Amino acid sequence: MKALGAHRYHRFAPVALLLLALLAIGSGYAALTGGPAAAAAPTADDIAAGSQLFRANCATCHGPNASGSRNAPALIGVGAAAVDFQVGTGRMPMKASGPQALTKPVQFDQQQIDQLAAYVASLGAGPAVPTVEQVDPTLGNAANGMALFRTNCAMCHNAVGGGGALSQGKFAPALWTTTPTHIFEAMLTGPQSMPVFNNANLSAAEKRDVIAYLVAQREGSPGGTDLGSIGPVSEGLWVWVVGLGLLIGAAVWLGAKSS
Amino acid sequence: MNADDSSKDLVVGTDGEKYPARFADPGLPEHRDRLADRDPAAAKRAERQVAVLFGLSALGTIGFLLAYFLVPPGQSVSSIRLSNLLLGLSLSLGMLGVGLGAVHWAKTLMSDHERVEERHPQRSIDADRAGAIAALKAVAADSGVGVGRRGLLKGALIGAIGLLPLSIAVPLIGNVGGDWDTNKFRHTIWRAGRRLARDPSGTAIKATDVTIGSVFHVIPEGLEAEAHPLEEKAKAVVLLIRLDPRDLNEAPEKKSWSYYGIVAYSKICTHVGCPVALYEQQTHHLLCPCHQSTFDVSNGAKVVFGPARRPLPQLPIAVDAEGYLVAQSDFHEPIGPSYWERLK
Repeated sequence: MKALGAHRYHRFAPVALLLLALLAIGSGYAALTGGPAAAAAPTADDIAAGSQLFRANCATCHGPNASGSRNAPALIGVGAAAVDFQVGTGRMPMKASGPQALTKPVQFDQQQIDQLAAYVASLGAGPAVPTVEQVDPTLGNAANGMALFRTNCAMCHNAVGGGGALSQGKFAPALWTTTPTHIFEAMLTGPQSMPVFNNANLSAAEKRDVIAYLVAQREGSPGGTDLGSIGPVSEGLWVWVVGLGLLIGAAVWLGAKSS
Repeated sequence: MNADDSSKDLVVGTDGEKYPARFADPGLPEHRDRLADRDPAAAKRAERQVAVLFGLSALGTIGFLLAYFLVPPGQSVSSIRLSNLLLGLSLSLGMLGVGLGAVHWAKTLMSDHERVEERHPQRSIDADRAGAIAALKAVAADSGVGVGRRGLLKGALIGAIGLLPLSIAVPLIGNVGGDWDTNKFRHTIWRAGRRLARDPSGTAIKATDVTIGSVFHVIPEGLEAEAHPLEEKAKAVVLLIRLDPRDLNEAPEKKSWSYYGIVAYSKICTHVGCPVALYEQQTHHLLCPCHQSTFDVSNGAKVVFGPARRPLPQLPIAVDAEGYLVAQSDFHEPIGPSYWERLK
């Protein structure tokens, strides 16, 4: 006790205490907020490999330092989640310029995507790829997810996630086959026309609720075929062409004389 | 020109003799026997077809019963779908079989005697017509109408009949809305200092929560405590968007209405009041899903496409001492579609 008491008035003691307190608060905050919590921290090798992949496949548009160009945005600070979404769904590398980047067969394996993501994440802090637990639909509350989806997402993505049109060739894609991780990342990063729904807007748990709701819709409609769940266009076409066609055919048959 | 040249029959000219005085009634087409009437084999075939249709119907009904008992809907979506599908298909087969069989039977096998029912003239005989007119005249003379007598009664009758529709019209118009105070269209529950909260959770929003590109669907904090929360919500919903301040092109008098690129606009379309919420982050365009009105959020939500005629009203926002977003005041103009009493 005496020794501790003697050191208490050391002139660097306040500085040391301040540093300790900052460390405690910082790690406590990181532990509370969940943090990036990537599955495995990327190594320097991953970042180097990602950098090579980036220069070979992305730098033409996004610039050798990912600082963007006239044709493509800067990627500094977009985070690993944006890379995992854009490359993991095949939207990037973009096939051709157009109203929006379309999904296509994924060009890289998951390891390469992770390396690219690690490289881009190393350029500036950004949202990380969610953990398996964060996107597990069985842990989410589908009822709450429905309330959130109806308010925040349904106007573009349709009430059950069937997708819908935007302006000038852009569209909100259907979400029938999007993986839970990609749904989470899309909300987190706001790709292309989609606005951002950061964790302060929809918390990670609420995002998981939305995922649970969307996955629950994939069993389809209990009434039978749903004609794409895109509303009056497909249903109206069916009723007016097929339904009325059958009625007219029946009326003609009823009125015709037998040969 | 030989006598068979029929082209002369159709010559258009002034010579009236070329036309018949009236066209002859062509009469009914000659009765034609059906295949089943002429050929016993065809009749037999038709009979078999009808029997098959009735048989299909019976199979459909049996299938329906089997599906009902053997394939219960269960709990999962796919089992409910399977049950519905089997019930629907078997039921339609059962009903369609009876209907098609009955029509086919009637058309091919039942007797097809053609009967004609002549139409009789619609005009009543002259005696009836004269009698009716005489009766009307007698009644009119008896009541004094048209000869100046009983003026009081005529006036009373017209007055009574004239008032009668009010007993229908007044409640009808009254039931359209018990409240004729159009002033409440002009105001929402937004007040200076009222916090912006998330829809549907109702939690207040900090300015630091709203990162660039974010969209928040906003209700006033404490909405549930209002007397009519849904009615107030219908007027007060707001879309909160943060743009890069460099993209924001604000009118000088509205510069103080935003906060570091965070702008709040009414979500009620100025066309017919649908919720405008399809926000394209890259173009800053806000679309209405009903009639495709498009508003440019970077330019004061002015209309760039579609039937809307006015920009979306902007809610002036600020930040309170605790960092939460608050309204500076109510909207400065009525929200939603135009209405008669709206002055601007």
